[in-house]
Amino acid sequence: MSDDFELPPTESAVGGRIATGVVHGEAPDTAASRSIESMTAGSTPPGKPKRASLRQVFRSMPILVKFAAIWLVGVVGLAIYAKLDTSVFNGSLPLQDPNLQLNNFNAATGEFGTGEPIEGPSASNWLGTDALARDTFARIAHGAWVSLTVAIVSVLFGIVVGGFLGTLVGFVRGRTETMIMSVIDVILAFPALVLLLALVAIFEVRDLLVISGVIGFLSIPAYTRVARANSLAISNREFVLAARSIGTKQRKILFREIFPNVLPTLVAYAMVASAFVIVVEGALSFLGLSVQLPTSTWGNMINQSRRDIKIDVWQVIWPSLALTLTVLSLNQVGDFFQKRNAIRASSL
Amino acid sequence: MALMLFTRLARLVATLFAVTLITFSMVSLLPGDPVDAILGQTERTPEIEEELRTELKLDEPFVQRYLNWLGDAVQGDLGESYINRGQTVTGEIKNRIPVTGQLALMAIMMAVAVAVPVGILGAYRQGKWQDTTTSAAAQVALSVPNFITGIFLIYVFSVRLGWLPASNWNRITDKGLVENLKTAIMPATALALTQMAIFSRLVRSDMIGTLQQDFILAARAKGLSNRFILFRHALRPSSLSLATIIGINFGALLGGTVVIETLFAVPGLGFRLINAINSRDILMIQGITVFVAAAYVIINALVDILYTFIDPRIRKS
Repeated sequence: MSDDFELPPTESAVGGRIATGVVHGEAPDTAASRSIESMTAGSTPPGKPKRASLRQVFRSMPILVKFAAIWLVGVVGLAIYAKLDTSVFNGSLPLQDPNLQLNNFNAATGEFGTGEPIEGPSASNWLGTDALARDTFARIAHGAWVSLTVAIVSVLFGIVVGGFLGTLVGFVRGRTETMIMSVIDVILAFPALVLLLALVAIFEVRDLLVISGVIGFLSIPAYTRVARANSLAISNREFVLAARSIGTKQRKILFREIFPNVLPTLVAYAMVASAFVIVVEGALSFLGLSVQLPTSTWGNMINQSRRDIKIDVWQVIWPSLALTLTVLSLNQVGDFFQKRNAIRASSL
Repeated sequence: MALMLFTRLARLVATLFAVTLITFSMVSLLPGDPVDAILGQTERTPEIEEELRTELKLDEPFVQRYLNWLGDAVQGDLGESYINRGQTVTGEIKNRIPVTGQLALMAIMMAVAVAVPVGILGAYRQGKWQDTTTSAAAQVALSVPNFITGIFLIYVFSVRLGWLPASNWNRITDKGLVENLKTAIMPATALALTQMAIFSRLVRSDMIGTLQQDFILAARAKGLSNRFILFRHALRPSSLSLATIIGINFGALLGGTVVIETLFAVPGLGFRLINAINSRDILMIQGITVFVAAAYVIINALVDILYTFIDPRIRKS
């Protein structure tokens, strides 16, 4: 069934639409904008309002949501910077090596390093050092990359597979819907973390991309449900009826009318869902079942430093703060877009 | 009503079937010889390998093996550990389920005890400072992963104040209730915090809707006290959605116990699962996973059925 359809260009669409939160079909609630031309696929009426710019969206955010958005941009920037540092610039960018033990003997200079384990913040080690005298700031930066990867992969799985399936079955209904939704229900019947643990443990997965893939696969059902619910509602709207009545092809209705209107909800949901998968990966790392050490993740940093909590609680606080603030920010921004969409949907 | 019950039960059986099939096939899909994977690094003799082969009936086709395994599982035989010889999976589960059960139950009770009054307050004082502060607190509580809560509970109450033990577990049957609670209170709180936030948000938004209904206005007009209206009239419809969300969240809670039990070294099912994972005790992993998944499915189905009994509106439609 789904072979009949090409996958929509979701990836690029997501990129553009996360930023603006505005999609095709948005129009003010005026009689003119409800004319059939403006609702049918492809034809953009000349009077269509411009998309809200990134700056406008940012301006409309409450102050706390602004902070959250800035934090998220910062974390993503830091993660990319850290990754570039090791993979492209061979560590020549100004960031410490996350795995270098600063008190180690250095063969090149013939001296021991000057760093100490579990030190407080200093000019060279902004957040101090961990029990193995590694720079905590660098480890947090590289941990951000792990969280970012997990989040992005799961969002891609969620929106491309789950979002598409949900939109499709909500639109075509019938036996396809029953079949796909019962499979989805079975996957949802598992407690996610327990299933993830079993999968990771039995197949001994230690690779970041594979772990992200497993988490991504497990996030499909939730997206499918969200997409289906929205697709059901939108399929009954007047503009879909209008498109049908002028003989628009099913596929065209699905991709030009339904999917673009489900997408903003999915994107808002994706933020909240990312927060969830970042916590799941954190828990997995905390249990020592995520990526191989010494690769740093926020979860394994928390797990390692908690053993020395009597000596220095700050080494636990830094990664905990990074994880919690990121999750909180994703929830805040996600909520903001959800509310925005609700207003938008009511004026559709 | 009977038909509805029947379809629910049929769906439950189908889901259980699927869940067990998935868990079973995970082990069967392992690359290479399952015997190698299951015995792993432990010392092995040809006799042990042979015993395992007959136990797992590896020469039979997949469907046959699955049905055999399922038949045994239904009768309470989930196989035995080949890493810790002499331990049966069912025995381990029986031994540890009271611990995990107590933690989960305590967490839910604590969460409901806090969330209901907080949610009611938020709805009653909607938009006022009582509402904004509790909503903000719920937002934050929702975003702190439970293992972080756990670590900082340990830091404050064990490391700094020295009031409570940082790890370990006293069974009620061994040391009595007080000693038991001393070890249970921190892990249960760590588990409860997220649930508290979820429940209170639910109660709040649900109540805001209910408070606008005509029957509340009627109760007000009769001159009933606010407290009576809030707890007796308004709370009742909300308790249904609360029951549902408790059922849905039970899975997350079970997942949470894995992490929290490991953090606090609580000898529950989750900690056993992690031990099994670390020693690559595949049959133990499989057995515990299928038990937890089945328990979760059954609990959700029960909540679903219970729901129809509580709410006459659903029964009729």
